Amino acid sequence: MAAQERKLPAPAVSQETQAYWDAAAKGKLLVRKCTGCGQAHHYPRTICPFCFSDKTEWIEASGKGTIYSYSVMRRAPVPYAMAYVTLAEGPRMVTNIVDCDFDKLKCEQAVKLVFKPTDGGPPLPMFTPA
Amino acid sequence: MSIKGKAYIAGIYEHPTRLAKDISLAQIHAQCAKGALEDAGLTKDDVDGYFCAGDAPGLGPMSMVEYMGLKPRHVDSTDTGGSSYVLHVGHAAEAIAAGKCKVALITLAGRPRAEGMATGTVPRSRGGTPTPDEPFEFPYGPTVVNMYAMCAMRHMYEFGTTSEQLAWIKVAASHHAQHNPHALLRDVVTVEEVVNSPMISDPLHRLDCCVITDGGGAIVVVAPEIAAKLKRPKVKLIGAGEFIKTQMGGKVDLTYSGARVSGAAAFAEAGVKPADIKYASIYDSFTITVLMQLEDLGFCEKGKGGAFVADGNLIAGTGKLPFNTDGGGLCSNHPGNRGGLTKVLEAVRQLRGEAHPAVQVKNCNLAVAHGTGGSLGLRHGSATVILERE
Repeated sequence: MAAQERKLPAPAVSQETQAYWDAAAKGKLLVRKCTGCGQAHHYPRTICPFCFSDKTEWIEASGKGTIYSYSVMRRAPVPYAMAYVTLAEGPRMVTNIVDCDFDKLKCEQAVKLVFKPTDGGPPLPMFTPA
Repeated sequence: MSIKGKAYIAGIYEHPTRLAKDISLAQIHAQCAKGALEDAGLTKDDVDGYFCAGDAPGLGPMSMVEYMGLKPRHVDSTDTGGSSYVLHVGHAAEAIAAGKCKVALITLAGRPRAEGMATGTVPRSRGGTPTPDEPFEFPYGPTVVNMYAMCAMRHMYEFGTTSEQLAWIKVAASHHAQHNPHALLRDVVTVEEVVNSPMISDPLHRLDCCVITDGGGAIVVVAPEIAAKLKRPKVKLIGAGEFIKTQMGGKVDLTYSGARVSGAAAFAEAGVKPADIKYASIYDSFTITVLMQLEDLGFCEKGKGGAFVADGNLIAGTGKLPFNTDGGGLCSNHPGNRGGLTKVLEAVRQLRGEAHPAVQVKNCNLAVAHGTGGSLGLRHGSATVILERE
């Protein structure tokens, strides 16, 4: 599949999100959830962007989601599918849809988590049709 | 405190170049400043407020203040991408109303063509300390075009908007650009030509995208007592609004833009309704940008933008809402990849009666200029101003 031939840059890991990327290296997607207001958010912060509580914790995502929107970037050396995926846990995240026929993608299509290696960094959580 | 009636746009200038190989960035800023001050009938020494954004070389306003020999007692280098200069008009009015300055100069310049910048199709890292969002976005390959394209894709899914409807926006801009001798693209295009142009990132085709140009512009905003002494037609600022629309912690909603908030604030301050507007300058980085902003500013119901823009409704002379009569960013100019300033310029031309005769709106007494900066699909700054001919 074309998307696998892309060279993915390593994410810039920060002190705040080290655990997220450590988990990614073990094949797990973490989501930050607030114990104050009970809502999960993305990208992860230590202070909840909804209620500003600092009582937030990591939860492991189920890896299930649906495509909120997508766009196949045709004008790239290797075309790829940008997407927002709505996680079963609630938040929508920027990601790619991989290992599939791009011409058959649809909004609200069910997808599941996969990881793709980066150039010298932790792997990136991506999604493929479920 | 309202800014309604507290400031006037007295001078404007749009640099005629679209490719600035032999002109420096600072030089373009200064040429535009000079042009706008001369248009107003003012001099450099009258300037006591200076506004610029991230396109200005150096740290904030400092290098350009020095280069141009200004002595401002008020500066503001708020950067909300391409919408900055629309926002600056509002901020200039606030500063004038508060007595912080009387003659505010706003400048923009950029040279993406001369510098060979890959503007729309290559993911860009900002460099330096990464923003908190960067590791969760940049490695996936977000580009300018594919993030706007995702807004279009969701709009099509939720509301049935079509590529042909989006294409009408480019068609209208091209009808206007044919009359602008400085426009980069002057050929009138058809819906078929737009939808048959190469797909860049689904569902946006090449002709759904704006031009990439070098150049710049400047605006002079003045206090009422200054405007009263000048000879140019008086264009009064009666409303302004701004907003930063984000991913909202993962509660992403691509179906609307920050115009919903900035537009409502500007219309409320002005005390007018979208139906009162005779001419609209609408940020047009892509066709979808225009469609969503028209809905969010209240020119039509959410989801009905496709039907609203179709069949030439945005074309001056025939349509109900003439837009971007200079050809806009889609056909004429998007200097430095920041199109907000030129939106204000054409609105002022229309209100002065100085637009090209072929596209001049009759009795144009009320206009809106709206900008979106950053990325519609990631996070963007919205700014709206409402201008009235006095």
